[in-house]
Amino acid sequence: METSRPRLRFVKTDNPPVWVRPLIPVLALVVTFILTSGLIIWASASPFETYYHFLISPLTTRVSALEILVKATPLMLTGAAVTFAFAAGYYNIGAEGQLFAGAIAAAGLGVAMKEIPAVITIPSIVIAGFAAGMAWAAIPALLKVKLQVDEVVTTLLLNSVMGFIVSALLNGPWRDPNSGWPQSPEIGASAIFFKLIPRSRLNLGFVIGLLVILVLWFVLTRTSFGLKMRAVGLGKPAARFAGIHVGRTTLIAALVSGGIAGIAGVAEVAGIQYHLIGDLSAGYGYTGIIIATLGSLNAVGVFIASLFFGLVDAGAQTVSRVLGVPVYLGEITQATMLLVALGFFLLQRYRLRRM
Amino acid sequence: MYIVDMLGITKTFGELVANDNVDFQLRKGEIHALLGENGAGKTTLMRILYGLYRPDTGVIKVGEQPVEIHSPKDAIANGIGMVTQHFALVPPLSVAENVVLGNTDGFVVNRAAIEEKVGAAARRFGIEIDPKALVRHLAVGQRQRVEILKALYRNARVLILDEPTAVLVPQEVDALFETLNRLKADGLSVIFISHKLHEVTQITDRVTVLRDGKLIGTVDTSGISQSQLAAMMVGRETFGVTRKGEQHEQQPVTLRIQNLCAKNDQGMLALTNICIDVKAGEILGIAGVGGNGQKELAETLCGVRDCASGSIQLEGKELIGKTPAGFTQAGVGRIPEDRHEGMVGDLTVTENLALEHLNEYTRSGVLDHKATRRQAEELIHQFQIKARPNDPVRTLSGGNMQKVLLARVLSRNPKAVIVPQPTRGLDVGATDYVRQQLLEQRDRGAAVLLISEDLDEILALSDRIAVIYEGEIVGILPAAEATPERLGLLMSGAIKEH
Ligand SMILES: Nc1ncnc2c1ncn2[C@@H]1O[C@H](COP(=O)(O)OP(=O)(O)OP(=O)(O)O)[C@@H](O)[C@H]1O
Ligand SMILES: [Mg+2]
Repeated sequence: METSRPRLRFVKTDNPPVWVRPLIPVLALVVTFILTSGLIIWASASPFETYYHFLISPLTTRVSALEILVKATPLMLTGAAVTFAFAAGYYNIGAEGQLFAGAIAAAGLGVAMKEIPAVITIPSIVIAGFAAGMAWAAIPALLKVKLQVDEVVTTLLLNSVMGFIVSALLNGPWRDPNSGWPQSPEIGASAIFFKLIPRSRLNLGFVIGLLVILVLWFVLTRTSFGLKMRAVGLGKPAARFAGIHVGRTTLIAALVSGGIAGIAGVAEVAGIQYHLIGDLSAGYGYTGIIIATLGSLNAVGVFIASLFFGLVDAGAQTVSRVLGVPVYLGEITQATMLLVALGFFLLQRYRLRRM
Repeated sequence: MYIVDMLGITKTFGELVANDNVDFQLRKGEIHALLGENGAGKTTLMRILYGLYRPDTGVIKVGEQPVEIHSPKDAIANGIGMVTQHFALVPPLSVAENVVLGNTDGFVVNRAAIEEKVGAAARRFGIEIDPKALVRHLAVGQRQRVEILKALYRNARVLILDEPTAVLVPQEVDALFETLNRLKADGLSVIFISHKLHEVTQITDRVTVLRDGKLIGTVDTSGISQSQLAAMMVGRETFGVTRKGEQHEQQPVTLRIQNLCAKNDQGMLALTNICIDVKAGEILGIAGVGGNGQKELAETLCGVRDCASGSIQLEGKELIGKTPAGFTQAGVGRIPEDRHEGMVGDLTVTENLALEHLNEYTRSGVLDHKATRRQAEELIHQFQIKARPNDPVRTLSGGNMQKVLLARVLSRNPKAVIVPQPTRGLDVGATDYVRQQLLEQRDRGAAVLLISEDLDEILALSDRIAVIYEGEIVGILPAAEATPERLGLLMSGAIKEH
């Protein structure tokens, strides 16, 4: 107080300038770089080289660039799923379980419809996956709408329940009879998502992801249902007063959200693994929450955020392969980046002021 | 010597200048009114003083020393406390816990000790409140007392009250004024915002008037009349709006309420056997002291509260059992008692205006943005709303929010109009405007049900007046027979005329 040295302080602002948003990933990267360098050096690798492989080298070859899109596919879908629910003020934390519900449907139908042509099989498993995700999401959604049971708790708990169902299936009726592995039998060729580009893993799932993002954008910004959802999400009493059916709107948003998450499961089974396996999802349902938040609940934001996470995901693989550092390093970096990005996301609402 | 001296304060929101080079000086031991139309910039100026907004330019001095106030914490450190309309209390906690919240010495809270301390503080300032009571159980007036006590407990020497009386019933207002006079005698300074001129002339020593963000002047209250104050506020003489022309007896009944019973949030019967007929082309006023079932009546008639029994008929068609949307479609125009419950603050003016009639702007599921925008522009022009179509509603001043709500309803020419507290928190000009609109609805042939705690408003507008007391209608009289004395007796429950 005695000195008149200027101090810096954080001051909350109502309207962050638009140009800060694209800066977030960049700043997050720089900070993450600084935070993780120590670890990288300790693992006797060069931080710069590591980061080159992490962020740049995936973009340099065609195969790895396509791999970014492959990694982004499930995130686009779960991000869209979470956005759909959150926009209506329904906090669906259960995308992970709904994803597996969709995956079970795809793995089951994929085997059962072996003899049927792809033009029928593929739409069928997508629809079935959507329906399965929806059905699994219906439990907490109905509890919420009919009995006001808090959805954060129920959706989260149901993820564990789904984990047990999957593991029961894989160790019981669906255990691969030939290998004895806990994985379901391979789906028929007619159920496999065709490749968009030969000799890559990029498949129809990516196109479906794009379509879903497009639909999300359209519903949220162009339809009256989207406005109803946002009204319910932003002010329930006012929405009710204006004559919007709050319960019905919440229910539909919750179900569609579950359905989209179910499609994410279908895309992983039919596009990548061809089996149902226990670690089908690398926490995609949870990452979807972060993607929806970073994308500030709008479709374009979700798309960009999933591409960014796809890049980091693809990079983590390259790094450990090329430099021979432990895979954990990639995972640590990824987790750090996530936290830092979230931190920046919150900080953008503040500005520094010289006092 | 001034205890607070704000010099050359300017605050802009985008293009909008909310405060334009405003000077404001507060003396020690005075009650100082801040007066101005809706959107004049009163709340903004006080939020700056309390550290919620930063001014673009200007200097704030407290006790002659320039200070920087960046947050409410800084304001409190400088002895400035503020009570806003939306209280910042934690309902499940006790009064004492709320008062000390964020101001405890150690980590462990000793319940008995803080109750003792808070009780002592309440006695010292002459504030009547039980420190053990749970805030959840308190009436609005008592909650306000807790807020005031909270500020005083933190050694506030300056108390900012933003429209404190808007939420109070007359007896509570009297109690508040007593407290304020007592604080003044103790040497505290109070900044008092109100749209009610009689309160301003009754309680304050000086008045500062703002108009369109600019300072008009500061005057001594003793030397000025209410109409002079009104003229300073709006820049012209105002004329009260009153009903003229008697209503014709032969009009058919539009809205028929029979034996209506409803429960309040606690599950107790709040309305018993309400029977009211509202005819086409009449304004029926419901007078009563706040908290006698007005809220429940308004909500039931708006379709957002289930009734226990009874019937509500519009032109012979039953409305009970319909959804809020059903009420609207049947031709009931409704505004909510609390305007924040009628609009989604984060949606735009355009979206809020369209919200009640989305179907009309929807073609196979797709919202016609051009049409909603066009309608918003029309209504903004027609109802003189000071806002742009894309402004989020939460940035509007109270009066303009109310205009948005009215515009949404009245532009539809509803058969019946339910208006609880339509002018609460509105300035003189906006009040006149709203009343004028209600009279036009009546002359158009609508049945208007006006629920108001403001007796002057009831007397000025109503063709017939019903009085509600403890959830019952205790009398219905034609306006010509309604004197304030007789209504007063009915409202206090002293007599019944049935
Ligand atoms: N956070 C904000 N963002 C944008 N505009 C704002 C914001 N806060 C206030 N305004 C605008 O500033 C102007 C002054 O508002 P203010 O709330 O100070 O008025 P007021 O005098 O308190 O009115 P009322 O009597 O209706 O409460 C209004 O036009 C309002 O829309
Ligand atoms: Mg105000």
